[in-house]
Amino acid sequence: MALSGMRGLSVFISDIRNCPNKEQERLRVDKELGNIRTRFKNEKGLSPYEKKKYVWKMLYIYMLGYDVDFGHMEAVSLISAPKYPEKQVGYIVTSCLLNENHDFLRLAINTVRNDIIGRNETFQCLALTMVGNIGGREFAESLAPDVQKLIISSSCRPLVRKKAALCLLRLYRKNPDVVNVDGWADRMAQLLDERDLGVLTSSMSLLVALVSNNHEAYWSCLPKCDVPQEYTYYGIPSPWLQVKTMRALQYFPTVEDPNTRRSLFEVLQRILMGTDVVKNVNKNNASHAVLFEALALVMHLDAEKEMMSQCIALLGKFIAVREPNIRYLGLENMTRMLMVTDVHDIIKRHQAQIITSLKDPDISIRRRALDLLYGMCDVSNAKDIVEELLQYLSTADFAMREELSLKAAILAEKFAPDLSWYVDVILQLIDKAGDFVSDDIWFRVVQFVTNNEDLQPYAAAKAREYLDKPAIHETMVKVSAYLLGEYSHLLARRPGCSPKEIFSIIHEKLPTVSMSTVAILLSTYAKILMHTQPADPELQNQIWAIFNKYESCIEVEIQQRAVEYFALSRKGAALMDILAEMPKFPERQSSLIKKAEDVEVDTAEQSAIKLRAQQQQTSTALVVADQSSANGTSPVNQLGLVKVPSMSSSVIYSSKWDFDQSRSSTSTSSPSPSPDLLGDLLGPLAIEGPPVAGESEQNVVSGLEGVAAVDAAAIVPVTVQTNAVEPIGNIAERFHALCLKDSGVLYEDPYVQIGIKAEWRGHHGRLVLFLGNKNTSPLFSVQALILPPSHLKMELSLVPETIPPRAQVQCPLEVMNLRPSRDVAVLDFSYKFNTNMVNVKLRLPAVLNKFLQPITVSAEEFFPQWRSLSGPPLKLQEVVRGVRPMPLLEMANLFNSCHLIVCPGLDPNPNNLVASTTFYSESTRAMLCLTRIETDPADRTQLRMTVASGDPTLTFELKEFIKEQLVSIPIAPRPPAPVPPTPSVAQPVPPAAPSNDPGAMLAGLL
Amino acid sequence: MGIRFILMVNKQGQTRLAQYYEWLTLEERRALEGEIVRKCLARTEQQCSFVEHRNYKIVYRRYASLFFLVGVDNDENELAILEFIHLLVETMDRHFGNVCELDIMFHLEKAHFMLEEMVMNGCIVETSKSNILSPIQLMEKMS
Repeated sequence: MALSGMRGLSVFISDIRNCPNKEQERLRVDKELGNIRTRFKNEKGLSPYEKKKYVWKMLYIYMLGYDVDFGHMEAVSLISAPKYPEKQVGYIVTSCLLNENHDFLRLAINTVRNDIIGRNETFQCLALTMVGNIGGREFAESLAPDVQKLIISSSCRPLVRKKAALCLLRLYRKNPDVVNVDGWADRMAQLLDERDLGVLTSSMSLLVALVSNNHEAYWSCLPKCDVPQEYTYYGIPSPWLQVKTMRALQYFPTVEDPNTRRSLFEVLQRILMGTDVVKNVNKNNASHAVLFEALALVMHLDAEKEMMSQCIALLGKFIAVREPNIRYLGLENMTRMLMVTDVHDIIKRHQAQIITSLKDPDISIRRRALDLLYGMCDVSNAKDIVEELLQYLSTADFAMREELSLKAAILAEKFAPDLSWYVDVILQLIDKAGDFVSDDIWFRVVQFVTNNEDLQPYAAAKAREYLDKPAIHETMVKVSAYLLGEYSHLLARRPGCSPKEIFSIIHEKLPTVSMSTVAILLSTYAKILMHTQPADPELQNQIWAIFNKYESCIEVEIQQRAVEYFALSRKGAALMDILAEMPKFPERQSSLIKKAEDVEVDTAEQSAIKLRAQQQQTSTALVVADQSSANGTSPVNQLGLVKVPSMSSSVIYSSKWDFDQSRSSTSTSSPSPSPDLLGDLLGPLAIEGPPVAGESEQNVVSGLEGVAAVDAAAIVPVTVQTNAVEPIGNIAERFHALCLKDSGVLYEDPYVQIGIKAEWRGHHGRLVLFLGNKNTSPLFSVQALILPPSHLKMELSLVPETIPPRAQVQCPLEVMNLRPSRDVAVLDFSYKFNTNMVNVKLRLPAVLNKFLQPITVSAEEFFPQWRSLSGPPLKLQEVVRGVRPMPLLEMANLFNSCHLIVCPGLDPNPNNLVASTTFYSESTRAMLCLTRIETDPADRTQLRMTVASGDPTLTFELKEFIKEQLVSIPIAPRPPAPVPPTPSVAQPVPPAAPSNDPGAMLAGLL
Repeated sequence: MGIRFILMVNKQGQTRLAQYYEWLTLEERRALEGEIVRKCLARTEQQCSFVEHRNYKIVYRRYASLFFLVGVDNDENELAILEFIHLLVETMDRHFGNVCELDIMFHLEKAHFMLEEMVMNGCIVETSKSNILSPIQLMEKMS
């Protein structure tokens, strides 16, 4: 072993090596760092040799994992050293220690450029390598032309040009504009005529990057993709270049020309069938590297079925060999094969072998096997595969269990031959690997059971069976309790299934479960009570005692449930309606599948195979609940689900108002991307308005109303029988009408009428409330309180306490809009008539569109603006489904009435609408907003909407606002809203507002 | 992008060379190296040379006491990388003559020079041993 040229470095390295423990090592390193720091401080006495030595030490220390936070300048300064050895160290260490955004790197940019354009080719190589490794955008902009010149220069030797090619690749990735496609494509083709191995290898990498962005321009390079035979590695001609070349071909679209195709396939066929297994490991690896790349190319080229079968036969052989690498790659490539072509049938022949691989001693191979089984599963083999997975689950390593159970759950859902099997699988899954079964999985099974009546007795019976087991996972307690709460009455005649028995077996679990489960158990008890008619006094007392006990629970959620259930269960038969069975869930994409898709993150450059796979995969991933039955309810239901008055109110919900949120579950889906299954499940179970005929109608009505209806049932069911003052006319309808016009009646009942008149100018508004007493006796204790959302400043002038008989008082209300928001202000109005206290909460029509002023723009003004607002968050696009179908003209009228002025003729497509407006608020001032709607004449229920403005919040709010207008049906005849005039009966839990924005919160509740 | 990093680690888990082709902070490197080394070193000869870790695939090969670990993208050609490791070892062999862990340790700079000639920006630049070694030989002649 020759010693290094730098003695001090060698000594240091062997010192480190001799350190008996990590602590000693740290001490030695600290000592050295102190030493280097001192030496660098008085730099004058430092020779280039010493500098070089210290910089290497720094790199060594850094490699050991210690922070080196000084000396970067010294490393960078070596770059400008005149002699090669120092310069080299400078370049290499700089590219190891610094990242592309480091300031020192910018300082060196001129030196680097001088080295690149200079005549010393060793300097050129060093500079190109460093830029190629860590060059950033600034390097791209200032160096790209020079680097391009080097690549094509005839006076440059290959050793420089190969580095220049990869350097350009880096610069191109930093800024694609630095490569001018027009001129460069021909140059690229010339470059591939080169015979030097290094230049070809690097150029091929460059080509891959260029083609993956723009294959059209580089067609001329296609025929040049071949490999010189001069260089061989264990007898294989340049295996790495071969691989890279075939990779490049995968980025071009499939070759159509029959002659080219034929010759290409001949070559591929030769590789596939002519690769023999030999004794030499290296030769084998090299030849199989080429083979697997050929296989990938065959897949890309969409070969005939026959060739595909050959490939699969080959892979089938591979997955059974002893050599683990080949087994691994065989499985991996079979999975890829599944992604691009329809070869399920042929792959299925190897199912037994693949299942064997699931038990391989190597986790890498087991993972591949799992992926493959997951991919190849379909209706015909789902039972076998899922059962294998379940069996494997008990012995699988922890690292794989979560993935395994998720995949088993998805397959069971996707391909269940019958639903009872699906229920079996999920329950087994929970039983065997409860810790690894996420909530989504059991939520999903509940959705299925709820939506399929035939399944309910079976599922309940199964749940009951599991409860007999001595120790069950908490998730099993949750799902069984839920199912039995809903459906145990269907089992009533079976042995061990009387309400009492069900109750006691569930109640046994209570002491061992967490709070979230207790909440479910309480609901279950309430349901059991409800199903026990006539009531069994003993059971009733037992359950009441439990409710009583939890009334003082520290957990608000539990406390509230206990209080409410207790109160409700004393209502006797009325309980039947309130706690009736859950309505069916609206169909939706399985969140499990979504989750699985999210897991597959890939930061790499998209591979050709994946790109194609994405194009080909028609949405097979989209699995919906039971289509037939869910359709039976109301397909529009979902509309009501996806709206929340504002972001802020949803935040409020999630804290103190969790419980309400879960009851009006429907209100949370929109802002949070994760589907709110919990809301769905726990929600209506807790208390749901009886699924009466009116319900679907209520949900059809705009989102706000949908929420209102559900909430009404949830919060104030007690008031139904009281002699409430009935409002005249529909409050919601009146509100919606007032959103589009400026005067009218806001509210009316037998005693009082509230009218409104409004004027809007910029971000100011002046409303006048007309409070009229319709009677011959005065109204007392009149109170009008404004609960403004945080974005509105509102001032109501004094309201008299008494309104004389048949009189009308006018109360001006000043409004100022601070910023864009869709929150709604609420008027809390109360008065006393005789002994009745009447209280109503009314939304005020000071809504977003009131601060819009129509403006018409010409094409010259529109398009530059439209273009300059590029992409999120200033420009947002969304595909809106479930739109209320209407002719385009009607839609244009709707827009105009919201002050979004439709500009005809701007969009050449007659199916599209373009509208513009100005929004006024204190923070945004006057701001131009542009909107484009693209409708689909074939399907009027969906459209694509793009909204742009100079303010991200405004864009978002306006987009949501328009969406509300399009999907809602504001005016629909319906029974009087159950909420408003509620004599102020004590509500179960006073809304101790955790937020300082009561207006928004109330608006959310209304 | 291809190759994300190349690590040389001895069987005690000590890093002997680390070259990254994407920027990771020191903490990220430490964590990554720790996890990978733990995973790979525990594997037996009968297991395959590929390990999936986070978004990487690790292709590794063992020579006596030294492990060569290469982190690549998921769609990289695994066998080509596996053989590339061997090419790297052969190249070092030709230069040092029967290369061992100590050679790499005490000639860290030379190991870096060789690697620089072979890989750049995560892509393979050169696979001919004489081409790789000629600048280093030239430099040795000069000094």
